[in-house]
Amino acid sequence: MTKRPTSFTLGGRTYSPAASLLLATPFILVMILAFLLPLFTLLHESLSVPKFNLDNYARVFDQEVYLRVMLRTLRISALVTIAALLLGYPLAWLIARSRGLLLGLLLIAVLLPLWTSVLVRTYAWLVLLQRNGVVNQILTALGLVDAPVQFLYTEGAVVLAMSHVLLPFMVLPLYAALRGIPDDYMRAAQVLGAGGFAAFRHVVLPLTLPGVASGCLMVFLLALGFFVTPALVGGPQQMMLATLVQQQVTELLDWPFSGAIIGVLLAFVLCLVLIFNRLIRLDRFVGQV
Amino acid sequence: MSKYLHERRNSSIAVGSAGQVAVRDLVKRYADVVAVNGVSLDVRGGEFLALLGPSGSGKTTILMNIAGFDFPDSGRIEISGRDVTWMSPDKRDLGMVFQRYTLFPHMSVLDNIAFPLRMRKVGRAEREKRARAALQTVRLDGYGDRRPAQLSGGQQQRVALARAIVYNPQVLLMDEPLSALDKNLREEMQIEIKHLQRKLGVTVIFVTHDQTEALTMADRVAVLNLGALQQIGAPKDLYEAPATEFVAGFIGESNFWPGIATSDAAANEQLAVQLEGGEIAQACAATPLRKGTQVRLAVRPERVRLGPAAAGGVGGTVEEAIYAGSVTTLMLRTKGPILRARLSAGDETAEPRPGADLSLTWRPQDARAYPTS
Repeated sequence: MTKRPTSFTLGGRTYSPAASLLLATPFILVMILAFLLPLFTLLHESLSVPKFNLDNYARVFDQEVYLRVMLRTLRISALVTIAALLLGYPLAWLIARSRGLLLGLLLIAVLLPLWTSVLVRTYAWLVLLQRNGVVNQILTALGLVDAPVQFLYTEGAVVLAMSHVLLPFMVLPLYAALRGIPDDYMRAAQVLGAGGFAAFRHVVLPLTLPGVASGCLMVFLLALGFFVTPALVGGPQQMMLATLVQQQVTELLDWPFSGAIIGVLLAFVLCLVLIFNRLIRLDRFVGQV
Repeated sequence: MSKYLHERRNSSIAVGSAGQVAVRDLVKRYADVVAVNGVSLDVRGGEFLALLGPSGSGKTTILMNIAGFDFPDSGRIEISGRDVTWMSPDKRDLGMVFQRYTLFPHMSVLDNIAFPLRMRKVGRAEREKRARAALQTVRLDGYGDRRPAQLSGGQQQRVALARAIVYNPQVLLMDEPLSALDKNLREEMQIEIKHLQRKLGVTVIFVTHDQTEALTMADRVAVLNLGALQQIGAPKDLYEAPATEFVAGFIGESNFWPGIATSDAAANEQLAVQLEGGEIAQACAATPLRKGTQVRLAVRPERVRLGPAAAGGVGGTVEEAIYAGSVTTLMLRTKGPILRARLSAGDETAEPRPGADLSLTWRPQDARAYPTS
């Protein structure tokens, strides 16, 4: 994206942009062969099979089933993003303010799930939420419910499990943003007359907006294409786009239609990234007396 | 009786005490380190007080307790006669300028200055008017629409100053606000802050480790070391009559010469001291001394008078003469330690050459004897 050719220095020597390119070549090759090529093949098929027209795309929007899956995907992704933000901000704040052992423990608590398979974490939610699961046992034992509550295969369960799985992607950018704010800003705000909450609202929150934006964007985009968790916790009733694509490909072998779904998703994601990019830049110029 | 007196004193403080700051028996520990060990200070309304000390002296801790960013283990803080020991910073109505630049980067210069007014629910038109006036006070009119990042360090600290005075606080705290600036700018800002303080009549408590800064700016200086108050007084008093050996060494330069008191002496009374090396010199007791007490004599280099050898006083031989323009420093070998003496340029005395034997004298009040404990 930079307009200047990129060179780099190592051990006092400056290497030419060609050397930079050479170092990036393996990555670029893998990206082209394993990602861009199949993606373009798929998108190409979605436009040209059976005939060269937009029929496959029309089908995505025409049929209520697919439209419903798409809207559900958007709704669940939005809810997951909000939940992750509400859960993640206080946690990131706590981590940014802690030192020593507490800091280490909290960071591990956030990072450990990232190093654990999504499948494992999703099965943990199945164990918790199923008919004879831990939650229902506790509720029944406490006499709060007479019969086991249906948690699994509800939208709430999907949102809950996905929020948990995606939480680190919210916490880490927020933590980085909060960590970058010197304590003296908060102190200055306070001594100038801002109570704790006012200092947060007028100083800390605006300064972390880029972190909020990137955390939200990351979680929302990952949620849009999430497969394992909604498939297992949500079941067929709560089908999301990724599951739909998988079904079209493995069960119906309808590659062109899958390509169309992916094309729609991709276009949507690209628009979102562009909008967010613009917003983050804009916020630098917003301010009032 | 004493309790009654104490209360009366407090109530007299509460009357017409705008801008007074009182620190009472402040103690603050961090883990097993005592940062402040029972310090009491009375800052008068409209006074410029400097808290001076090396790092670890507790000066910043005292300021943090006055500001309310930290709370004492024991002791009290009063501002304008109000006990604020446990009050949160936003309720204390203080202005503060920090060591590091703390202008909010997401607000314009004018919004930064208007921020404390906004927190005080001042109307938009009024706060813009007052913010512009404050900006003018620090001679930055026309910079209101800039971002802090577009200003130089000195300009940023001036804006921070404007932000700290725009709501007319009675007390202004400054935590080494000039330490990040280069020397010329620092001296310019010192004068500017001093003028502004006189004009506004605001009480200033100014933390610094730079003694020149403290002496030039402050009405009174409180010297701290290892969490204890060493001395508080006007700059001239600190320099002329340091209360402790630490102050004698920390403010300006002193020669130290060990010796033994030859008689009892009350504080500020003259006595003869037998110096290490056997000679006798007249001195002035900094604290009451008993005969036979081990003391250290502190003499400022520019107070050492030079005369021809055998003219009385202690003997010294010129080891080295260091010329530095306005002054020449002589290193003198004596029967005790090496002494430094300072000659001003244009001094009537002929410039002694290395190897010359001289007699060294000083006025008794220029040699202060501190007991070595």
